[in-house]
Order: sequence, then C-alpha cells, then structure tokens
Amino acid sequence: MADIILEMKNITKTFPGVKALDNVNLKVERGEIHALVGENGAGKSTLMNVLSGIYPYGSYEGDIVYNGKVCKFSDIKDSEQLGIVIIHQELALVPYMSIGENMFLGNERGHAFKINWNETHKLANEYLKVVGLKESSRTLIKDIGVGKQQMVEIAKALAKKAKLLILDEPTSSLNEEDSKALLDLLLKFKEDGMTSIIISHKLNEVSYVADKITVIRDGATIETLDKKTDDISESRIIKGMVGRELSDRFPKREKNIGGIKFEIKNWSVYHPLYMERKVVDNVSINVRKGEVLGISGLMGAGRTELAMSVFGKSYGENITGELFIDGKKVVLHSVQQAIKHKLAYVTEDRKVNGLILSNPIKINTTLANLDAVSKYKIIDKDKEYAEAVKYKDKLKTKCPTVNQNVGNLSGGNQQKVLLSKWMFANPDILILDEPTRGIDVGAKYEIYCIINQLVSEGKSVIMISSELPEILGMCDRIYVMNEGRIVGEMKGEDATQEKIMSCILQSSAKGEAAV
Amino acid sequence: MTTANSKPKKKKFAKLNINKDHLQDFIKKYTMIFVLVIVYGFFAFKTHGTIAAPMNITSLIAQNAYVFILAVGMLLCILTGGNIDLSVGSVVCFTGAVGAMCLVGDNWLVRGKEGLPLGIVVLIMLVTGIIIGAFQGFFIAFVRIPPFIVTLAGMLAFRGLSNVLLNGKSISLSGKPTFMKIFGGGSECYVPDLFHVAIYVPKIAPIVALNNLFAKMGLNFRLKDTILVNPFNLTCFLIGLLAIAVFLALQIRGRMVKLKKGYETDKLWVFILKNAVITLAVLWVFFKLSCDRGLPNVFIWVMLVILIYAYLTGNTTIGRAFYAVGGNEKATKLSGINTNLVYFIAYTNMGLLASVAALVSMARLSSAQPTAGNSYEMDAIGSCFIGGASAYGGIGTVPGVIIGAILMGVINLGMSLMSVDQNMCKVVKGVVLLAAVFFDVVSKRRGKIIAKN
Repeated sequence: MADIILEMKNITKTFPGVKALDNVNLKVERGEIHALVGENGAGKSTLMNVLSGIYPYGSYEGDIVYNGKVCKFSDIKDSEQLGIVIIHQELALVPYMSIGENMFLGNERGHAFKINWNETHKLANEYLKVVGLKESSRTLIKDIGVGKQQMVEIAKALAKKAKLLILDEPTSSLNEEDSKALLDLLLKFKEDGMTSIIISHKLNEVSYVADKITVIRDGATIETLDKKTDDISESRIIKGMVGRELSDRFPKREKNIGGIKFEIKNWSVYHPLYMERKVVDNVSINVRKGEVLGISGLMGAGRTELAMSVFGKSYGENITGELFIDGKKVVLHSVQQAIKHKLAYVTEDRKVNGLILSNPIKINTTLANLDAVSKYKIIDKDKEYAEAVKYKDKLKTKCPTVNQNVGNLSGGNQQKVLLSKWMFANPDILILDEPTRGIDVGAKYEIYCIINQLVSEGKSVIMISSELPEILGMCDRIYVMNEGRIVGEMKGEDATQEKIMSCILQSSAKGEAAV
Repeated sequence: MTTANSKPKKKKFAKLNINKDHLQDFIKKYTMIFVLVIVYGFFAFKTHGTIAAPMNITSLIAQNAYVFILAVGMLLCILTGGNIDLSVGSVVCFTGAVGAMCLVGDNWLVRGKEGLPLGIVVLIMLVTGIIIGAFQGFFIAFVRIPPFIVTLAGMLAFRGLSNVLLNGKSISLSGKPTFMKIFGGGSECYVPDLFHVAIYVPKIAPIVALNNLFAKMGLNFRLKDTILVNPFNLTCFLIGLLAIAVFLALQIRGRMVKLKKGYETDKLWVFILKNAVITLAVLWVFFKLSCDRGLPNVFIWVMLVILIYAYLTGNTTIGRAFYAVGGNEKATKLSGINTNLVYFIAYTNMGLLASVAALVSMARLSSAQPTAGNSYEMDAIGSCFIGGASAYGGIGTVPGVIIGAILMGVINLGMSLMSVDQNMCKVVKGVVLLAAVFFDVVSKRRGKIIAKN
C-alpha cells in the first residue's frame, strides 16, 4: 500500500457563472514529485488555491485529506501550519527588504515586539545554503536576479517547515540554466523525503522531474500517468491535455477574405522595466480584410505585449518596426492616433484595463468615441443613451437598462459592453485579446457570432487566445507565438491542436538548445 | 427611511422595474439632502428659528462663498482619483496679496499712488492663479509626483511667499469701495433694489392655529400673526422667480424631448416631486434674502461658478474624462483619452478657482493678510467628501459638494448661534466628515464594515 500524503476527493468549485473545477481527484504519494499539467484555464491554479486554503473550506465541495485527516482550512495560515506551502507564479517578495527579512515576513523570529535579527539572518543563511545561494541574507531582493529570487521563495517555503511544496509555474520567468538548477533542487529535496507538486507548461521539464503526472482539462481530472508504468513522453501528455472533441461550438460564416489590410513588420519591443528583456522579437504578421486571424501561444508568449505595443505604444520601450494600413505606412505614437486610424484593442483584462466598473453601461459604451455623441465637446446625453441601447440590443447584452453600473453585470455581459465600446469606436481592425476569458459557454457562442458579424462587415479581426479549440474553430489563419517570436503560421483548416502545441514545444527546445 | 415607508415603496418599485441597485443609488444620491434637512431642523429647533432668520441666510451665503468656489475646484482634483490640493489656502493668500498690492499701489510691486485699474487687477490675479496651478499641475501630471507632496510643497512655499510679499503686514482695501462692492464684502454689496416696497408676511402656521384656537374658545385675545417687512427687496424676489421659471422651462423641455424620442425618463411623480422640492427650496431662499438686504453680489459669482462647473462636469467630454480617469485610469488611457492632460487641467483649474476665491474672501475681509486663507483647503476637501465625492475618485457631483459645503456652513452657523465653543465645533465637523466617508466606503463594500484581510 502506497503512503498517500494528500488526497483531494471530488473537489468542485464554482465561480459565478463558471464551474472551474468539476469533481477533481488528486492523489499524491509521500516523497514524490507530482506534476499537474493542463491548458491555461483548465483549473490547475484553482485546485492549488483550494488546497492551500486561499479558497476557504465551505467555498468548495469535496474533501481534502492530508496525512489521513480531513482538513478544513479557513485561510493560508492553516495550511502552512501543516506544512503545505504554495509558491505562486508571481513572486511575492518585497523588493526593498533584505533576503532575510523577506524569508521570515509574517513568520518573524524572536518576540513580536523585539525581532531577533541575529537569529533571522543566521537561519536565513542556512536556508540559503540549502537552496544553493551564496548571497548574504542581508542583500536586498531588488539586487538579485529573478532566478535567485525564485530560489529565495523556495528557501522561504523551507523556513515555514514545508512538508508538501506546491510550485505554480516556477520556471516561467527563468532562463534554462536557472530552471535546471531549480529542478535539480527539487530532485534533491525528493531524496530528503520532501513531497512536491509542480504546475508547469514546460513538458520537457515535467518529464524530467515528475514521478506522476495528472492531466486536468476543463476543470476535470482526465488521467494520472505514472513514470514507472506509463509512457510519459511529451506527445503522450499533449494528447491528454488537448484530446477533446470539437463539436459545433463555433458558428459557421461565409468566408469573404480580401486583400491585406494591416501589416506589422519586424516589430520588436522591450520590457518597460527590465529593459534588456526583449518581449516581442522581430515579429512580422499581416491580416486581411474580412479575415479572422488567430495568434496562439502560451501565457507570457508576448501576444498581449505585441498587441498593446501596436496599439499606440501603450506597452513597452524601444519599440522598433513598421506598421502598414492598406499598404500605407503609419506611425502610431498614441492611443488617440491608433483609434483615429481605426484600430481597436479589446483588452484581455476587462476589469483592469477595459471598463470603468463604477460607471453605467452607456458611459462605458461611448468612452472611446465621445466625439460621435457630442458637438463642440458638449455631450448629447439623449443620443448617448440611444446609441448605448442600440449596441445593447445588437450584442444582446442582458441588463435592465443601460444606466446599470457595469460592475453589477456578469462576466459575459461585461465582455459584451467592452465589445460595444470598441464597436462604437467604429474600427476597421479589431484586436481581441482573450475575448472569451472567464465567461460561460453560452456567452462564448454569442461572442463568436459577433466576431463573425464583424468580419462579414468587412472588418479585420485579430484574435489572441490561449484556448486552442477556439483558435481552431474560429480562425482563417493562425500564427503561433512563443517567447516573443512567431514560430509558426498555418491555415485554419490545416491546423490541429497537436500541430500548434508541437510548434510551441519545438521552438522552446530550440531556444533552450541555443542557450 | 423607516421600514413602514419603504414597504409599499418597494412593491411599487418592483412594478416599475426598479431593482435594488437603483434603490441603493437613490438613497446614496439624496442622503446628504436628508441629512441637511435634519441638521437644519435640529438647529432651527435649538435656536428657536434664529437660524432661519433672513439675516442668517444672507450670512450663510456670504461667509461660505469661498468654500463653495474652492469645493468645486477641489471636486475636479478629487474626481481624478481621490487626489487633494493642500496648497489652496496658501494660493488664495498669495493671489490675494498680489491683487491687493496691485490694487492699492504705492509699494515695490506697483509704484503708482493710485494702483492699477480694477479690471487689470482681476486679470492679474486670475493669471497668477492659473500659473501657480499649471506649475503644480506640471509636476503632478507629467512628472507624476504624488499630488499630496507637490501641493504640500506649494502650501509651504506660497504661504512663505505671501508673507514676503506683504512684508508680514496686512494691506487694507478700505480705500477701494468699488472692488469690495463688486465682489461682495461689506454692508453695501447687494444687488440694488429697484422697487422699494413693503409687504406683510404671514407668520408661521402654529401661531395662526393658536389664534384660531383662541377664536373658537371665544377669547378676544390674538397674537400678532403678520409682520411688516420694510423694505422688501422685490428685485431680488423677481430674480428668484425668473431663475425658477428658466429652470422649470429647461426641465420640462428636456422631458418633452425625451418623451418624444422615446428615451428613458423619470416617472412623472418623481419628476414633479423633484422639481417641486427644488422650486420650493429656491423660492424660500430668495424670499428670505428679499426680507433681508437682497441678493448679495457675491451670490452671483458663486452661482456663476457653480453653474459653469456643473455644466462642464455633467455635459462635456472634458467633464466625462475626469470621471473616467478616477474610475479606471488604465481603461481611460486605452480609450484614447490623454490622462496626463486631465490631471494637469484639474490642478490648473484649482489655481484659477483659488484666485476667484481670493477675490471674494479679500472683498469680505476688506484686506489682504498674511494669514488669509488659512486652512481653506480643509473646508473645501471636507465639503467634497461630505457631499458624496468618493475618496477613491470617479464619483461626485457639483450639486453634491455644494450640499456638502452648505451642511458644513449650517453646522458652523448653528453652533455659533448656540454659542458652542469654537473648538467643539471643530470636533463636530470632524465627526461629520468621518461619518460621511465611512458611509461612502462601507456602502461600496456592500454594507460590510470590516474590510477583508
């Protein structure tokens, strides 16, 4: 009988309108490295948030059995007390504090009114040695690289006496060398008896470290592969990740594709803070009139950065490259200019970058094109109201009136308001960034219908999506993007999920080989 | 609101297709009006009606004129995201000092014995205010130094500069009656009366009722139930009537257009009730003013500022930009609105309105003093938050902050009439401010008092 440290039984977690987890089961043996894989939005992070108590007991259904006991965590402190420590994808370190201070933040050594700094730094240095860092614990976090910061996170977890370590995409921002060091560290911990759960997109890494691999798709566990008994090659894992049938979840449309409408040539963008990091690397793409162009890729591939840098340089530094609309070169220095050239960017993050939640639908609808409802800068409120109603009806937004605050709408309806806003700006080229993120299947279908309607009116749509089925079901042509570069282009009818995934994985492998 | 009242209302609302959000919005929108009425009623009771005496209505307006003007400017700053301008009091003092020196003359700034012409002086003050505002606005909007810090620096610097300009002494404006008359200080600064009539005003209902009671009981004794008002400023009252007529005509026309085009409108009873309340309130104020010395000149300036900015914030694309920036700056930027410019306009405009307030307060004090404008910014900020502006930005209206300013003014006046200690008065104002923001924050969190950790 295997020694099971953790068992998650029939976990179901619903968010308003979306079932994120549906009867998920996970069994982890003591002393193994267990990998969780799945597409973006499959529910991996949600599952780990349930486990670590971020979603407290009672907000989900099912049981968490840890060391043979059912656990009812009400917050993250409870799970940490039992030695379950989660390290999130975004680093949670305070840049202007030292390594030692960060490591014991919220877990201070000594007395509440008299922190024992000597002990803090002595212990911190010990843990730093364990994770293989030679830095002094008094070094400030901002002065060490991302790879080392990730190691500090792990040391911090060790300082909390972790017995079960959960790592959410630990290597997503690391280079090959740092990733290797981190994975080797996990293997070393395994020898010492530590159990780890690792969430990763990088399947080569998963194959390298994992003893067992659980595949999650659409909020449900699909299978668990065992290194000893099963084939855990990358292609086998991919099959598990994407193996879903495509039914008629996508509305059909008449194809009527014209000449090249918009072209991006040799586009490169650097990160606004880490200026040596190239986020978009020499990208050249084009979109035709009446075409739905897909840009596929994993999170952090640089797709949003590409779109926003094109849209009036609203992201990035040292942007180079050329833009052509209808064959004519244009320079877009600001969002105003981009809108004037009939470009629209519909953000992936509607709450942060898209909508004013505290304002009514009508005000959100007209915000990007106020001149259309005003004369001499004076707003005709009646006209504004009428236009908002028109778009509400056109997009079938469900709301009592357009005076309703956007914050009170469901995700799908918010997305429709966001689309109305940009349709009202009357663009020729729409860049839709994850247009169906976090909304339910019915609303997704309606959004697809709107996209079809837009291209039938002769507009060009660039759709950025991490959901492969959606890309395959909707797009006439697909670019695959990875690590800031375009790594593949294929026709919509030729594309398959396996093809796209292997494009990404091959390019990653190449990139790594180059390093 | 009492439960007995709200029950049938809820039913009616359900039928009228008004949901909970609307009800919440309604309560939130008009809370301060209810509070104002209750507070006013309290003071009227405590002072035996003195607070409603014509003279006190006049002084409520004249004393708080600068607060109204500054609060409107402060609203624009707060709308951009809860940002405040701490330098307002010092800027009022500084522009006032510059203005007084230009006006009076015979100092190192203006050599001439007579001083500069009035129009030029006003222009110089306004431009000074705009330049100061633009200077601070530049650092806030384009360099992106937090407004708190920039305006704190401005508060210190301009207070110091005012002292330097004035050499630590005050400049009396008593030799410049025209200036004071136009901007409404002193006892002569009212819109002149053209008619010179006197009227009998019926006394309040309880006395009439008491007299009726005496009559029923067969007594010959009567209380005097009318008072003679002489002179009754008919000009003032007619201006009030005219204002109401214009207001109602605009309201009705707007409604007609909406109905004709089939747009959403208020229910008829809501429309009538709302306008009746406003009409009565305005009528009451103008009646009281007419019983006193008439329309203070400063009232006209204040109304001008209020009307212009209420229109700007409510009906123009520039106004919309202020709300949008405060609601979600990133989304606004991505909608093609120049958010830096919005911040810049907010603080430049604050400088302009500070100079307008300087005109008004200088005329009232009939001098420019090194201590003028002390803590004016706090009155303005307090009025905004009490008047429903959100401490996070994006929410707040000009009428709202005016109600807030009136509430502060009523508390000040009422407590001084009750001869409450000045220091206690500050305590009460502090409590009112905290309560108002408490309400704002908690209602945003849907009634949860403690924030989630």
